[in-house]
Amino acid sequence: MLTIDRAIRDAIVAHAKRDHPDEACGIVAGPEGSDTPVRLVEMVNAAGSPTFYEFDSTELLALYKQMWDADEEPVIVYHSHTATEAYPSRTDIGLASEPGAHYVLVSTAEHGNNDGPVEFRSYRIVDGAVTEEEVRVLDPTNTDQNPATPRSND
Amino acid sequence: MAIEVRIPTILRTYTDGAKAVTGEGETLSALIENLEASHPGIADRLLDNGELRRFVNVYINDEDVRFIGGLEAKLSDGDQVVVLPAVAGG
Repeated sequence: MLTIDRAIRDAIVAHAKRDHPDEACGIVAGPEGSDTPVRLVEMVNAAGSPTFYEFDSTELLALYKQMWDADEEPVIVYHSHTATEAYPSRTDIGLASEPGAHYVLVSTAEHGNNDGPVEFRSYRIVDGAVTEEEVRVLDPTNTDQNPATPRSND
Repeated sequence: MAIEVRIPTILRTYTDGAKAVTGEGETLSALIENLEASHPGIADRLLDNGELRRFVNVYINDEDVRFIGGLEAKLSDGDQVVVLPAVAGG
């Protein structure tokens, strides 16, 4: 299961809507071993494409060095699909290289840059095997551990 | 001649879990050959048909090796090599 603050979830969705029709991508770093996504880092999609994303190699190194220095790891690796559902593509599965991360997929296919609900789903991708997991969204005013109900509108 | 090589999570199965290993070689190509001797299997994860894999990034002292000669990039004692899989997909 992925547990994520609503503010971070909403920021990922906003990034995806802003970059539509190109794919948006980024990570959310968190303390090593915590499984807690804390620090959102929006990355430039160096591919600038509606069907592909890739972190720029220089920015990728800078990001990992920051994380190593701060004892962080990529808790979430996210990207958007702009014409298809929020499910890992064959390419996503083949290139997934963080077995400890939650792979979050957002689909902007339905509403593009506009307001409206988006699919926000999370997966583990390990050795080519995809496992979808529950997403629990935490509201700042509601810190109890009940699963949050997905909102119908963003 | 000692080169520190930073190993990404996904390749640590080849290094008994070590985050960094030491190797040697005067070029990246020689270093990979040297690493393969101590960590069998790792070369195949870095190379494809004798070329660096498209979705594996290798850096020497923070420079992407693609801009400094690829597999023929020169190494010196004390250099730091970082291997990072691309974060990419479709």
